[in-house]
Amino acid sequence: MVAPIVGVLALQGAFAKHVEAIDRLGHRASEVRNAEQLAQVDSLIIPGGESTTISKLLDSSGLRPLLAERLSAGMPAFGTCAGMILLATEVLDGRDDQESFGVIDLAVRRNGYGRQINSFEANLVVDDIGQQPLRAVFIRAPRVEAVGDGVEVLASVEDVPVLCRQGQILVSSFHPELIDDDRLHQLFLAGLG
Amino acid sequence: MSSENNTSSSSNNNHESGTVRVKRGLAEMLKGGVIMDVVTPEQAKIAEDAGAVAVMALERVPADIRVDGGVARMSDPEMIEGIKAVTTIPVMAKARIGHFVEGQILQALGVDYVDESEVLTPADETHHIDKFAFDVPFVCGATNLGEALRRIAEGACMIRSKGEAGTGNVVEAVRHLRSILGDVRKITQADEAELFEWAKQLQAPLPLVQEIHDTGKLQVPLFCAGGLATPADAALAMQLGAESVFVGSGIFKSDDPAPRAKAIVEATTNFNDADLLAKVSRGLGAPMTGIGMDEDNVKFADRGW
Repeated sequence: MVAPIVGVLALQGAFAKHVEAIDRLGHRASEVRNAEQLAQVDSLIIPGGESTTISKLLDSSGLRPLLAERLSAGMPAFGTCAGMILLATEVLDGRDDQESFGVIDLAVRRNGYGRQINSFEANLVVDDIGQQPLRAVFIRAPRVEAVGDGVEVLASVEDVPVLCRQGQILVSSFHPELIDDDRLHQLFLAGLG
Repeated sequence: MSSENNTSSSSNNNHESGTVRVKRGLAEMLKGGVIMDVVTPEQAKIAEDAGAVAVMALERVPADIRVDGGVARMSDPEMIEGIKAVTTIPVMAKARIGHFVEGQILQALGVDYVDESEVLTPADETHHIDKFAFDVPFVCGATNLGEALRRIAEGACMIRSKGEAGTGNVVEAVRHLRSILGDVRKITQADEAELFEWAKQLQAPLPLVQEIHDTGKLQVPLFCAGGLATPADAALAMQLGAESVFVGSGIFKSDDPAPRAKAIVEATTNFNDADLLAKVSRGLGAPMTGIGMDEDNVKFADRGW
């Protein structure tokens, strides 16, 4: 049996850092930019970056309908920052033409914490990965405004959810790929079974 | 992500903003993208619609600064506000080399990145801005690795190879990228004892040279700027090792900016896919005319110390 491949959507953004994290954990990671590459992966990480840019490139690459199909068929996914926006059911303050895949029942506000000057880092305790705090880095981050019934909130900062899970979909409004702490990637990989 | 200088706020959760990690973090998010120079809100919309990862708000593109001559300064805050109001993507703006008050004003305006830029007329012929003193991140230009490391030592969170802005000629961008990345490769291979000589030759801090030797890469993201005008130029910069591209005059000085902007975005993502590059390069109309290096009187790249 061939080891499962973790895809990393590589249209734009911090995809290389996610590939490095998956490599460090001894799993196979593969960059996804087109239909052939998407067909070869068993799960997908959608990285941080500019959600409008990634969204445009999903259209020009023809990946959008294929990815929607894979996600609705149950492909596991981990979305960080822009990735969270793309996976959520509702996007506030997005562009009018911005579409999301709607596979985790969340309303998120784009740049909901403000501009870069308001970007920050903070300690998080996530029960699922042990009591050692995780240093979470928020960059022009989306803010979770509403959480649906089926969604587990795994961590919050000042009572606002920042790490959520629904079935095989994991999302964070911060950037686990920017720190030398791979526990959230490990959590995602563990969920792949 | 080695040091934790310049932390400004802290409360519960050890909440901090303006850290090196937060400032370099935005540069990580801009990777694989195109940052476009815009002079009006309308152009900013075109850039965002085309898929730009950020816009650089300025009053005149470098090609016009070159033609007009005179002193080029920070843009009018009203103009920057006008662009911020219409876009949802990050907005950058330029401060003159060494003009830390322009930096303070741009930070107060809430721009997302400040470019301490040689395209504007330098305000200080010896010192660059102390960029650790700011919560807003800075990008600086460099023509070689020594210049890049001096800027990083001053707190720059992103380096762009300078190229020669406003020319539509990619030759200087290629020269600077090759110089920076060629020296990174040589240092990676160097003997420990040779690193002292490298630091001396580069006029750069030894610890930064040693870090490159150990990691094999520059401490901050390396983007490419200055003279890119076509999708092929963008892909060339990416194949040479740039992590994103700035396109200044190249878009809005061309015949038909919107399709060219979109094509450059696609070329930057798919920089290794020649079939796709052939497809997106078709029928874009005339690129900016450009100027050759020998007919060029002012070299912006020589500004910076």
